[in-house]
Amino acid sequence: MKRSLLFLPLLLVAAFLLVLLWSLDNDPTKLESARIDDPVPAFSLPSLQDPTKLLSQEDIKGKVSLLNVWATWCPSCRVEHPYLLKIAREYGVPVIGLNYKDDRQAAKQWLVKLDNPYLFNIFDEKGRLGLDLGVYGAPETYIVDRQGIVRYRHVGVIDDRVWKTIIEPRVKQYSNEG
Amino acid sequence: MKKLMIILLAFMSAKAFSIGTLEFETDAQRLQFQVLTEELRCPKCQNQNIADSNAPIAKDLRNEVHRMILEGNNEEQVVNFMVERYGNFVVYRPKFDTSTYLLWLGPALISVLGLIIVVMTARKKRASNSENEIELSKDEKNQLNNILSEDEKK
Repeated sequence: MKRSLLFLPLLLVAAFLLVLLWSLDNDPTKLESARIDDPVPAFSLPSLQDPTKLLSQEDIKGKVSLLNVWATWCPSCRVEHPYLLKIAREYGVPVIGLNYKDDRQAAKQWLVKLDNPYLFNIFDEKGRLGLDLGVYGAPETYIVDRQGIVRYRHVGVIDDRVWKTIIEPRVKQYSNEG
Repeated sequence: MKKLMIILLAFMSAKAFSIGTLEFETDAQRLQFQVLTEELRCPKCQNQNIADSNAPIAKDLRNEVHRMILEGNNEEQVVNFMVERYGNFVVYRPKFDTSTYLLWLGPALISVLGLIIVVMTARKKRASNSENEIELSKDEKNQLNNILSEDEKK
């Protein structure tokens, strides 16, 4: 037997450890969206603020924006809310709300009380658009590019770390594309 | 026996309860629903299927499956609908394609690899054993037999 072969088990163990190390950072509850690189699904839903106004996927096109799925029954959304205000006002990235399976009155009150970071809000009472998007827990935030294509999904709260390391670089990258 | 029956019945009613108020036109549809909701994995509570889970999303997906069955979709259509939205994650037995071939073939490949290694090692050992075997001369054989028989006499 070649002497060098004796190192094989060591190499295997090292490779295995690397896999384990990588898995530490890899949260299995965060799924990659099946909608990546697909257009935002077609929809026709009322605005939260104005029930007579119908919104569609066309309203999300034009600028790289964040589509934020939220609801008043979602505690983490409350945690995330101040940061959304910061993104919309200080960083100048449009945030579009998808009010998901919520009560219209409660949602409107929430926006009065906590201030409104959203350009507009899609009122998805039945969760139809949420289902088409593959939403499985609020808050979720989709980065949608100028052509209305879903480019990235973040599941969970956006905070300073998430914004700086995940969202902001991508928003910049997609904005620089033609 | 009676106790066992009671326990079994309790489980069955729990199962019936999870389907809740959903109505079906035929028993075939109900069966289809049961098969599908046990085949689909809940995206939120990851180690449960959508029949077992109490998560709101699982309820939504059950309703969706129910709606699609009543509309006459077959099982493949329902599964495709879910995979399109939630990815391969929602099926316990994902389709065989470029992203899942390793998952499907991995165990077989590793078994074959293991078998090859075992066979090769065994062969090598046999080969080296026969090389090391030293033929005894006639005198040596006699000597060996003598020693062995002396041993037996004692």
